[in-house]
Amino acid sequence: MTATLRAQDVTCRQVGPVSLHLRAGECVALRGPSGVGKSTVLRALADLQPHGGQVWLDDIAMQAMPAPQWRRRVRYAAAEPGWWAPCLGDHFRDPAAQAAGLQRLGLPPAILDRLVEDVSSGERQRLALLRAIEDQPQFLLLDEPTSSLDPDTVARVEALLRDLLAGGMGILLVSHDGAQATRLADRIIMMGGQGG
Amino acid sequence: MNAVVFSPSDMALAAGLVLLTALASFALAIGLQRQILWAGGRMVAQLLLISLVLRHLFAPGNGWLAPGLVVIMVLAASHEVWARQRGVLPVRIGMAISGAAIGVSTALVAGFAMAALHGGEGGWQARFLIPVTGIVIGAAMNAASVSLHAFLSGIRRDRAAIEAMLALGRSRFQALFPRIRDAAHAGMIPTLNQMAGAGIITLPGVMSGQLLAGQDPVAAATTQIVLMMLLCVVAALAIGVVLLLGLLQVTDGRARLRLDRLGAPK
Repeated sequence: MTATLRAQDVTCRQVGPVSLHLRAGECVALRGPSGVGKSTVLRALADLQPHGGQVWLDDIAMQAMPAPQWRRRVRYAAAEPGWWAPCLGDHFRDPAAQAAGLQRLGLPPAILDRLVEDVSSGERQRLALLRAIEDQPQFLLLDEPTSSLDPDTVARVEALLRDLLAGGMGILLVSHDGAQATRLADRIIMMGGQGG
Repeated sequence: MNAVVFSPSDMALAAGLVLLTALASFALAIGLQRQILWAGGRMVAQLLLISLVLRHLFAPGNGWLAPGLVVIMVLAASHEVWARQRGVLPVRIGMAISGAAIGVSTALVAGFAMAALHGGEGGWQARFLIPVTGIVIGAAMNAASVSLHAFLSGIRRDRAAIEAMLALGRSRFQALFPRIRDAAHAGMIPTLNQMAGAGIITLPGVMSGQLLAGQDPVAAATTQIVLMMLLCVVAALAIGVVLLLGLLQVTDGRARLRLDRLGAPK
């Protein structure tokens, strides 16, 4: 059976109700003006924020699954990723296994030995993406994954995302870049009463 | 050996020094003169008042009043722990958390002291219960307020890091463990300093008091050693309880960080 993430009438504070579904291998872009609540919806789908409505992974309701297990399958990657250890390599379960991913995103292997504050925001953003996909979640909720990157690096990230989609991962993408949404997404959902 | 007793004129001389300190603060525009005078006045009034209460309490037949005084001390200490959080915790929840931490840790450690130490003899007498419990509550209060403050401010500061761990599927205990560890360290520092410096850097209060009261130095040191060990344990217990309850307050059953349950620091 193809994995599906479904949300029905999800509300959170002033946001929603939002209903959507996302299949394995599908990319859906969530678009709308700043402040409309796109990030809030992603956080609610990852169960990082109290919310109304229902969310299912296949036929399993979110509430029926322990939250950590849910988040290992439905992974939220924040626009401004957090870091809990001084060294970047300490944020990966298996730093040695990251060589291929680092190369694909144009990062030197030695970057994992560096301190968080010693690398640029663009480098941190790419490392956060690698960290988010390290244990192969079924669905990836990406919040502005390329906002700090130059066009060449954006292309590298998008190529990686296409491979993840081809491998069966479902991606819900929040991006202010309309062209990026068009390039990656199978469908676009507009928030803020603009329909679509 | 005779006990050293300070006379009213000694007290007046010491008060004069405090007055000079306040004057210096005023002259140098440090701005602490009101706090110095207010805290000094409070201290004098509180200690004189408690000395009269204790004199009454230690009188034959009045020992049954002691537990009531202990409850008042626990409540007052709980209020201080809550107040040190500067409005971050709502008053009812803050009092419940700090009251549980101080109440549980004090009951266990003071109960142990009453029942097991001193050969278990006379442990429940007010003359033993009140001073030991008072010292124990003080240590629990300091440890709980420092560690809770460090924990809550650390969570606010490291929100993104904590949520990153939660988003990667870590449990709330795993995600908050670095903050718990740092808060526990902060809470234990005063007690550890006190133990490490005892006898070399400072003569601790109880030992000094007993020396002034004419006690043999070795006997005074023995009393201090036992009490210091109790203080170490009560601090650790208070920290454990306050951080466990703090963790439950700032997260929910779905392992979400709930900063919406905290107020803004004042």
